[in-house]
This record gives sequence, structure tokens and C-alpha cells, in this order.
Amino acid sequence: MKAQRLLAVSRKEFLHVRRDPRSLGLGIAIPVVLLLLFGYVLTLDVDRVPLAVRDLSRTPESRKLVSRFEGSRYFQVALRAEGPPEVEAAIDDGRVLAALVIPEDFAARVRSDRPSVVQLLLDASEANTATIALGYAEAVVSGYSADLEVRWAKAKGLQGIRPPLDVHSRVWFNTDLESRNFIVPGLISVIMMIIAALLTSLTVAREWEQGTMEQLVATPVTGPELVLGKLLPYFVIGMVDLSVAVAMGKYLFHVPMRGSLPLLFGIAAVFLVGALSLGMLFSVAARSQLPASQMAMAFTFLPAYLLSGFVFSIDSMPPVVRAVTYLVPSRYFVKVIKGIYLKGVGLGTLALDTALLLAFGAAMLLAATRLIRMKIR
Amino acid sequence: MIASGELSVSARDLTRRFGDFVAVNRVRFDVRKGEVFGFLGPNGAGKSTTIRMLCGLLAPTEGEATVAGFDVRTQPELVKKHIGYMSQRFSLYEDLTVEENIDFFGGIYRIPPGKMRERKEWAIRMAGLPDHLRTRAAHLSGGWKQRLALGCAILHEPPVLFLDEPTSGTDPISRRSFWDLVYSLSGAGTTVFLTTHHMDEAEYCDRLGLVYRGELVAMGTPGELKAGVPRERAEGIAPTLEDMFVSLVEARDRAAGPVAEVRG
Repeated sequence: MKAQRLLAVSRKEFLHVRRDPRSLGLGIAIPVVLLLLFGYVLTLDVDRVPLAVRDLSRTPESRKLVSRFEGSRYFQVALRAEGPPEVEAAIDDGRVLAALVIPEDFAARVRSDRPSVVQLLLDASEANTATIALGYAEAVVSGYSADLEVRWAKAKGLQGIRPPLDVHSRVWFNTDLESRNFIVPGLISVIMMIIAALLTSLTVAREWEQGTMEQLVATPVTGPELVLGKLLPYFVIGMVDLSVAVAMGKYLFHVPMRGSLPLLFGIAAVFLVGALSLGMLFSVAARSQLPASQMAMAFTFLPAYLLSGFVFSIDSMPPVVRAVTYLVPSRYFVKVIKGIYLKGVGLGTLALDTALLLAFGAAMLLAATRLIRMKIR
Repeated sequence: MIASGELSVSARDLTRRFGDFVAVNRVRFDVRKGEVFGFLGPNGAGKSTTIRMLCGLLAPTEGEATVAGFDVRTQPELVKKHIGYMSQRFSLYEDLTVEENIDFFGGIYRIPPGKMRERKEWAIRMAGLPDHLRTRAAHLSGGWKQRLALGCAILHEPPVLFLDEPTSGTDPISRRSFWDLVYSLSGAGTTVFLTTHHMDEAEYCDRLGLVYRGELVAMGTPGELKAGVPRERAEGIAPTLEDMFVSLVEARDRAAGPVAEVRG
């Protein structure tokens, strides 16, 4: 392998990118747009659920319960309903996601120490949101219920009584439970995988299509020179993308960065080589740009998006799917990037994942070089 | 090994099969240093397959060949360093400028920087493009593209030059100046091996090999070949290469009996 030939290939490839608005857009603009889109739109937090209240009791007790809902940051009373049709209409047209119905005898039952029931209606067409809202509502109600018990006991003359069991929870790593804090790092890994593979999937295929490969194969240029020379400009683009994404995470989304930035860039570089080589492999195999880019899209987008654990938790997948995720390189990088971002862990904890990413990078690079050598001999 | 001496290209029973189709069948010829040797034949006769084997791009199924003293089967890397190759599509990078194309091939052939300055100047002058250094190759006309592609292919001054259908798609004037260039190269000792299916172009070659259905059916100077045309074929006064070619092909087809359509 000769440096002069490798650099000649790199320089030429760099000029192609600079002259081709499509590559430039794909390489720089798309990652930024994706990050903005996902960073702002994709939030799994359920905040201020719009709530309808139908209070039939109209007593201090029922008002106290309602004010507890109002006081929590998770609910927002959007409607005071007079009758069932009003509640139904509000849920139907999506003005509220939940409705609290307090029965007429609520206060009487509370005062007389008989079990009382309130009704919560939920719009579960968004199952995830409904589940979370239900959890919040139960917490609000049980808080009120515990209060009532304590008051009742005090009234009976019992002193120093406390609720029997209490959970003191401390949330680690993502203290605000902000979904953005884990979506943004995960998203960086998805973007790197897709963009890298797409960019390189075009490069060799373009040479086949335009007939320039015919000329190249008659020159002394070797497979490794061609592969590495072509990788270099895209590697630079990938690292620029990473820097832009990390900067956006910090200044735009305020995602905390607890670990070592150089470590993140180091492991990302390894992952990037693997993703770029994978795209190159498709490019050599397909021989034309359209199928090559389609292959790259099919083999990177869905696995990186669905099976990497970027948003969809691997632990809650069925065993067969979980087994498949072990074959998805993004899975390891998502773990690395989340670990560095949120937990601030070092190389010691990430050794296995890093080793697997190294193996992925080396295997892809070798495969691309081998395949191109076979085709140009 | 074949004793090379003054031979630049030498093929012995060179054969290439694709499945049970024989694209090139036991072809045997020598090309001397500085000679302009043409491979003449219709499309699909096996011209390109032969040139690809000689350039080390395609392994022969049987037989052997040496180019510039290197074995195409065992030393394809060395062969590639000592040849220039121009395909029929003038494979330049259209989005790169004239200068960038030249620089790229200079890097690929590892021409030392000092030498490169001189070669680049030569290539630009030869192609007639000193005013178009920053013009993208896509905007050049056919003749200019052809000369630029040729310049790129011989930046490293290879002893043997392969041209696959070099003048397809260029106008007569560019073709003329292209041939002047080929002659000056051959005069300076470069061996030129080219393929063509234009009879008039074949006349420019020092020596010709006629290929038909993968076989070398005749070889000689254009004059020798024309002299061998049967009298009844040469209706006019001077037989042309075309007369010669048609009569040879007819004789061959008669001998072989009815043959299936030519493939490839």
C-alpha cells in the first residue's frame, strides 16, 4: 500500500463530495435536520395531561382532591364538565386525555369513613401516554387517601401516626427523568450509522456506473488503497457530524455530558469505520448507486432505529428479537454513548462493547477490501 | 516464459471462456516494440476480452501472454505499472477539472513531484488545453476529452499503450490529430495496441490481426492482407480491407457450416 496513491484517491473523493450538493446535503444537512426533528418532536415525557373534571359532590373534600390534581405538574384541568356528554365530546375531539368523575356521595362517604370511589376515564388510543397518566393519577389519589387516613387517626386521638410504607426514591443518571437526555445520545448513534453507510454506498457504485472503474482497474491502484482512500473524506465528514451533534446536544438540548469526551470520540471513530465500510461493501457488491443506497438504508436504518435500544428498550423485547439485537452493531454503540453521556463511565465498563465494535470495524473493512480486490483483479 | 527480446506483447494460445462460450480461442501473436498493432473485427469478436486479458484485468482460461516482459497471469500488478490503458468511454472524472484529472492519475501512477510538473505540462500541451485547466471535464468536447484521457493514461510514460476502440464518438478532425499523436508516440518507441471495427482506421496500423468469433483469422500489414483477396472479390481496381475481411469471413463460415448467431 502506497501513501501517494491513497492520498490521490482521497483528494479526488473529497472533490467529488465538494462538487456534489447531494452528498454535501446528505453528509451535513440531513444529520442536523434529523437531530432537530427528533430532539424536539420525539419526547416520551408525559407532562400536563389535559384533564376534564366532573365534580358531582361539590364539597370541600371533592375540591381538595381536584386541587391536588391541579397542583401536580402532570395534570392540567382543561375543562369543568357538567354532564357525561360533555366529557365524552372532550375526549373524542382530543381536548382532554383523561376525565375525573367524583360521585355525589363522595364527601359523605369520606366523612363516614366508608370506602369511596372516584372514576378516571382515559383515552388509551395513545397507550403509552395513558399508562403513564394512569400512574400519575393513582399516585395523586393515593396521596390524598393517605392524608385522609392520617387525619382520621388523629381525630380518633392517635398520635404520631404515619403512613405505613413510603418509598424514598432517588433517580440516578437522568435525575430529571428527561427523555431527551437519552434520546439525543441514542440519536447520535443512529444518525452516524445511517449517514455513514449511505454516503459510502454511493462512492464505488458511482465509479462502476460512470465507467471510471474500468480505468481505475487498469492502473496499479490496489484494493486497500482504494477502500481506505475513499473512506478518509467520509470519515472526516462523520467526525464533523459527531462534533456538530455533540455541540447541539450541549447548547440546544442541554443534555448533560458526564463522561470523557475524548473517549466518546475515540469509540465513535471505531464505530464510524465499521459503518463506512459496511456502506462501501454494499457499493462494491451492487455496482450501481440506487440498489446500493437502498441496501444501505434497509440494513442500517431499521436495525439502528428499532433494535439498538436507542428508544425502544431491549429488555422489553421478546426473547427472539432480543437475540437478534446482539447482531446489531448500533446496539453496542448506543450502550457506549449513553454510558458516557449519562453515567460518565470509563473504558473499563465499556471494554466488551468497545472490543465488539472494534471487531465489527475490522471485519467490515476487511470484507470491503477483499470484495473490491476480487472485483478489480 | 517466452523470450521477449524486442517483443512488447506476446500471446501464446491465449484463451478465455465464459461458461461454455469461447470468447477468445487460442490466439497467438507478437507485437514488436514501437509497432502500432490493430485488432480488427466486428463487435463481439473478442477484441475487448483480449485487451482485458493483456492489461491484467481478466485472467486467461488457458494459454499465456507477456506484456512489457511481465506475465499477465502471474504478475498483473507489474503489468499494470508498465502499461497505459484507455477504454472506449474515455473514463475521466466529469466533475473534476482538467488539472484535477491529471493530478489524480499522476498520484495513482506515483510520478515524483519534480517529474510530475514536466509531465503535466506535456499532457496539457498535448491535449491542447492550456486555457482550460479549470474547466470541468464534463464541459469538454469529445475530441478534447479523448486527448485528455490519453494524456492521463500515459502520464507515467508506459512502454505499452492499449487503446480500446479509441476513436469511437469523435469527429474526423479530432481523429486525424489523434492519429498524429499515436504516430509520434510510436516513433518515440511506445508500442501501441488498439482495437477497432472501422476499416479506414485499420489502414493506419503497421500491422493488423483480424478477429472473428474469438479466433485470429489473419495477420499482416494492411497491404499484405489486401493482396490476399481473391480476384473475383476485388470488383474494382484496388481491393479494400473491407473486401478482404468479408471474403475471409465468408470462407470461414462456409468451412464451418451453419453457425449459431454470434454471442456477446
